[in-house]
Amino acid sequence: MYAFEIDRPTTLDAAVTALGQEEAQALGGGQTLIPALKQRLASPARLVSLTGIDELKGICVADDGALCIGAATSHATVAAEAAATYPALADLAAHIGDPAVRNRGTIGGSLANNDPSACYPAAVLASGATIRTNTREIAADDYFEGMFATALEEGEIITEIRFPVPEQAAYVKFAQPASRFALVGVFIARFGDGVRVAVTGASEDGVFRWTEAEAALSDDFRPEAVAGLSVDPEGMIGDLHGSPEYRAHLIRVLTGRAVAAA
Amino acid sequence: MPKDHGIGASSKRREDKRFLTGKGRYTDDINLPGQAHAWFVRSQVAHGRLTGVDTSAAEAMPGVLRVFTGADFEGVGGLPCGWLVTDRFGQPMQEPGHPVLARGKVRHVGDPVAVVVAETAEQARDAAEAVEVEIDELPAVLDMKAALDPDAPLVHDELKNNLCYDWGFVEENRAAVDAAFETAAHVTTLDLVNQRLVPNAMEPRVALGDFNPATEDSTLYTTSQNPHVIRLLMGAFVLGIPEHKLRVIAPDVGGGFGSKIFHYAEEAFCTFAAKQLKRPVKWTCTRSEAFISDAHGRDHVTRIELALDAEGHFQALRTETHANMGAYLSTFAPSIPTWLHGTLMAGNYKTPLIYVNVKAVFTNTVPVDAYRGAGRPEATYQLERVIDKAAREMGIDPVEIRRRNFITEFPYATPVAVEYDTGDYNATLDKLLEIADVAGFEARLADSKSRGMLRGLGLNCYIEACGIAPSQLVGQLGARAGLYESATVRVNATGGLVVMTGSHSHGQGHETTFAQVVADMIGIGEDMVEIVHGDTANTPMGMGTYGSRSLAVGGSAMVRATNKIIAKAKKIAAHLMEAAPEDIELKDGRFSVAGTDKSVAWGDVTLAAYVPHNYPLEDIEPGLEETAFYDPNNFTYPAGVYACEVEVDPDTGKVTVCSFAAADDFGNIVNPMIVSGQVHGGIAQGVGQALLEAASYDDYGQLLSGSYMDYAMPRADDVPFYRVDHSCATPCTHNPLGVKGCGEAGAIGSPPAVVNAVVDALQRAGHTGVTHIDMPLTPSRVWAAMQG
Repeated sequence: MYAFEIDRPTTLDAAVTALGQEEAQALGGGQTLIPALKQRLASPARLVSLTGIDELKGICVADDGALCIGAATSHATVAAEAAATYPALADLAAHIGDPAVRNRGTIGGSLANNDPSACYPAAVLASGATIRTNTREIAADDYFEGMFATALEEGEIITEIRFPVPEQAAYVKFAQPASRFALVGVFIARFGDGVRVAVTGASEDGVFRWTEAEAALSDDFRPEAVAGLSVDPEGMIGDLHGSPEYRAHLIRVLTGRAVAAA
Repeated sequence: MPKDHGIGASSKRREDKRFLTGKGRYTDDINLPGQAHAWFVRSQVAHGRLTGVDTSAAEAMPGVLRVFTGADFEGVGGLPCGWLVTDRFGQPMQEPGHPVLARGKVRHVGDPVAVVVAETAEQARDAAEAVEVEIDELPAVLDMKAALDPDAPLVHDELKNNLCYDWGFVEENRAAVDAAFETAAHVTTLDLVNQRLVPNAMEPRVALGDFNPATEDSTLYTTSQNPHVIRLLMGAFVLGIPEHKLRVIAPDVGGGFGSKIFHYAEEAFCTFAAKQLKRPVKWTCTRSEAFISDAHGRDHVTRIELALDAEGHFQALRTETHANMGAYLSTFAPSIPTWLHGTLMAGNYKTPLIYVNVKAVFTNTVPVDAYRGAGRPEATYQLERVIDKAAREMGIDPVEIRRRNFITEFPYATPVAVEYDTGDYNATLDKLLEIADVAGFEARLADSKSRGMLRGLGLNCYIEACGIAPSQLVGQLGARAGLYESATVRVNATGGLVVMTGSHSHGQGHETTFAQVVADMIGIGEDMVEIVHGDTANTPMGMGTYGSRSLAVGGSAMVRATNKIIAKAKKIAAHLMEAAPEDIELKDGRFSVAGTDKSVAWGDVTLAAYVPHNYPLEDIEPGLEETAFYDPNNFTYPAGVYACEVEVDPDTGKVTVCSFAAADDFGNIVNPMIVSGQVHGGIAQGVGQALLEAASYDDYGQLLSGSYMDYAMPRADDVPFYRVDHSCATPCTHNPLGVKGCGEAGAIGSPPAVVNAVVDALQRAGHTGVTHIDMPLTPSRVWAAMQG
């Protein structure tokens, strides 16, 4: 690890100010950034920890029924406290990493990083969630901009994620054998006005919506509805753990399983 | 009734108290006053000409004491290779140099180029980034067959090609084997890969060198399985330090699996630098660094052919293997694909004609050497896979074809130069069928089908050769070391014993089992026996622990030394009781005169030995301490039969191991619980190889699976609860304990069972074109196989 300065603001305003400094980098739960620092793959001059800001933590249900999760809320807290309101989301959170990761890692950190194999982006995109920051609200459909890329501006801080709660939902993850990140993960959310299907782990462009399956499932919400569909392997990730063809195949299989589980 | 102490008792592992409470003392726990820290600058490219190393910027950085490069080692020897293999034309293998730090060329990603020594590890690491290494990159030699192309770039410019040796075994049998194939009723051929693995001991390697300028004594603390071997190799061949001025200490060591047998550059460096700087120098390997600096295992590409008669009797076996040596010859690398592999190709079967060809190849990859099983898993895997394939082709039940070919009479001399002393393969197979409930498979198959899952059953036999020996023979085969073991038994005045063994425990539980043996022989409590190992200053010259040799070889030395103690103690007891030594009996820690009620306690005798007031000083010396060396006259031959049941998800290709059963014949057992634990761990590693692990290089020689993000280790939920049995014991006929060794069996016996089971599952589901899938059987590979 290279030497760096660290700020531990306790208010959002202080965090925004701190992030305005030269070469400042926001630090959430540190489950990606700290290992990168340890391996000397990142060398920020200053870290601004967001986990000491109470106003960024916690879960509540808004008047319109949406589930609101503070950006600095840990996966373990989501797993425990969202279970009654949004069980599929709580189940997703309960299966990220291991207990240490779940107790340190935060939803805001995961979304700001936008790892192409992370679980939360699938839930956010499938739910049509809104990402609130210190300056604005961003719709999920506008937020994810490819591998490790998001709509966040320099110094912008995610404060809260607001999830409309679907009538039915499920997340099915097929684990990469070594890292146990999603080799492919599919989140399905069924609302009164249709079904949304988001896929993580598979595409070179990061999380994406499988619109063909959405249309089929909006008409007929049964696993059989997607049995005849296929995903084009073009643009899917190919690596040690699976070819583009295998990932494309898994998307269909897992989508069917998610429908069955929803 | 299970015994509650001594030989045969499942005594709790005494070492676990310190390991489980954080009181172990590992090499990294040792810190010496004035200690400096080393950080290695390693090649980031697989192959290149080293045109310059500029250390000036690094030397100016805070805390830096000195930066070493290959030039500092001009007058120093290279890392020696401990085994000379002679090729099938009678010529010695090509043996390139192996410098401590690279000179002239870098030959694999991770090859050490320079070392920064600084006041702290962080300072050393900071400065290491300022060392400027200039390399003219060369094409990397990676594929073994392409490496043998006459136009292939040379890994070592001084060699005529990239072939270390072309070994034939037994060369004289070749024509007869070929002729048998011409006339065979059936020939089964299988091409397979035994993939490269990274050993991944829980404790990364550490070296701490120390030098006393006043006495000129050097000390090396290191994560080693064999400190005496390191002392000899490093002292005599690399640094020129006589053994009486060099002490090597391997304290608690957190797993080795073979990877800590070898003498590594970092050990020589820290010892050398400590003397240069007159300060202790410590290096602690990071996990990332371990992936590119610990010797890897396996990495064989094989074609195996089995000739059978119309009834499925094996007529002849022929193999051609390309074995990867990596960029340099690690300490015992040449012996693994030859003497620890070719000699095992008979397996449990009376195949009359066998020919094994091995081409060992240099490539721009991390050196490959022994890894749990070392040659024997490679032999077992190819043999048991080709037998399964042959059985399927000929429509013979896989159990029946094995029974039909079992060796049933012992001793049995194989056509590959070894003699099995004892075994009962039918009994072990019967036991396996029972504990695996093979009869109930059809019902479980139906249950799997009802859930939409494919189910398969795989089984296989294995034989291994443990306690490699005797020294005279292995010397003729090219070993540059003896393969005996040693023990000193020191009895204290008040009756307690200290056993100083040349074996080394790095997880095996020797401190418990060795104490059980000695306590049992004398008839005293196990808590009266202390086991000391791991320090060349207070143990007799020994060869350490690998190849499942510790109890069979080291234990035998200990038994001999203890017998000497008992013989002398009987003389003392005879004197005390005014009887003849031959009339003295030792039982339950008491000496008695046969046919009388006269007796003295063990403690009375030991006290007399050190307070010799009433003592036969004219006949024997005072004191009670004996040393013995034991050089076995043969290997031991543990054998067993393993069965695995899997479910395969037809939609994803994911394999789940539903059950795993192991019936082993380890001869006599000292501690059944520890033996079961060894089998459990071995199977986990074997399942890891079969389903998960692979060291994969890209076309440029970069290790793609260079961290746990991409290198899949087996975890608790990847393996089932095991059913293990070691009741079918045919004691070894040539060592005093009748023991055979159990450390590697699990890793040797399990990969073919898993692969046989997966192929069986796919075949039963109608994928009749799938006759083989190369390990690891990842979901994507199994799915791809099902796609045809």
